[in-house]
Amino acid sequence: MSTLEYKLTQTNETVFTAEFPSLDGNAMEKAKKHADRFRGWFDGVNATDNPAAHAHVSNVATSIAMKQLGLEPIMQLVCRDKNRIAQQADIVSAAMFGVENYVALTGDDVTAGDEPEARRVFDLDGPQLVQLMSTLKRGQYMSGRKLDPAPHMFIGAVENPGAPPFEYRVQRVAKKYAAGAKFLQLQICYHQDRLERFCAGVKAAGLGGKIAIIPTVVLVKGARPLHFMHGSVPGIDIPAAEIARVENATDPSEAAYQQTLEFAKHALAQPTVRGLHITDFRHDDTLDRLMTDLGRVRQVKTN
Amino acid sequence: MAEFIASLEHVVKGPVWGCQMCGQCVLHSTGMTCPMNCPKTLRNGPCGGVREDGHCEVKPEMRCVWTKGYERTQAWPLPNTWKEEFNHLRPPVDNRLKGGSSWINFFTKRDKWTPKGWKAATDEAGH
Repeated sequence: MSTLEYKLTQTNETVFTAEFPSLDGNAMEKAKKHADRFRGWFDGVNATDNPAAHAHVSNVATSIAMKQLGLEPIMQLVCRDKNRIAQQADIVSAAMFGVENYVALTGDDVTAGDEPEARRVFDLDGPQLVQLMSTLKRGQYMSGRKLDPAPHMFIGAVENPGAPPFEYRVQRVAKKYAAGAKFLQLQICYHQDRLERFCAGVKAAGLGGKIAIIPTVVLVKGARPLHFMHGSVPGIDIPAAEIARVENATDPSEAAYQQTLEFAKHALAQPTVRGLHITDFRHDDTLDRLMTDLGRVRQVKTN
Repeated sequence: MAEFIASLEHVVKGPVWGCQMCGQCVLHSTGMTCPMNCPKTLRNGPCGGVREDGHCEVKPEMRCVWTKGYERTQAWPLPNTWKEEFNHLRPPVDNRLKGGSSWINFFTKRDKWTPKGWKAATDEAGH
């Protein structure tokens, strides 16, 4: 059983997960550096699957590298690039190397990336991919062909509490839970009222304790990445006041940090929330500062 | 005969619903909005990229088919069973049925077929 699964299903502890930066050239050297910054802070780290529709080192290779480097991978799978046969192959391949945590996403469209002329696949959608994972976990491929022994899998999905249609998002949580998702990482949300409504909705739907909600916060250095996310990342809207607060500060870097800390504390105080996902665009020691300020004690493992 | 019915279906459903002839129609359970018009062909709800105005991430000029489908499910006098089915998990598309008549596949129950592994997981989850 993975640490993430153990903590979420057997304890009441708050979990922390993070996004592993995408890798390109000189990937193993860079992976080692990232792993050194992350090690000991997180219960699981996401190995992304061609984020924002840009090709990078694959989710499978990144997951395996993380295992070798002493991090617990959460392997993301998106629906954009591969059909159901390739998705199943990737999961059993990762399972071969002991990867246990999986998270299913629809994925950004190809037009969000640098090769918008590519064919989009979307053979499955997000909830169908969750059920595909459940099928493998039961010891069968989708066709019914036996997978023996069944891989040990802890299955998750994602949701965006900050994009319309807002009320319907909670019903999507119920659908993903029914398909087998046990945890849900949320898209970055700069509208606290939307996150509050979403979490209250999940609780009212009787899903508290059944599916662990893990909101996301981002570490940025200033207002520029906020402008970028607001203008260019599908499904992320940042209120002008939040951007201005960083942009007009005498120390934008410090203001950005305080904003993140505030959003992190707010998210952790919501019902059904069991942890926090951190996307670090700063790549400096602010990550340590945030974790310490959130009361986390680094567990330094020796390999 | 099957080809004739498929042509007839396309003539009727094309202009009204933007039917893409997937051959396994789910219109009634998706708020009378064809999910095959979603650029990602999502059959189980919207992606996380829906814009603030409820429009599509990929085609900004188009309303998200799921924003529309959800509103119609709330506002239109659809049968309650159809409204309930809105939240059901629809299985992956059977690509062999593309281009054929969903009417025939409905009456022969061909559109109810799902792969064995999928069916077993569905039965276990009870949905």
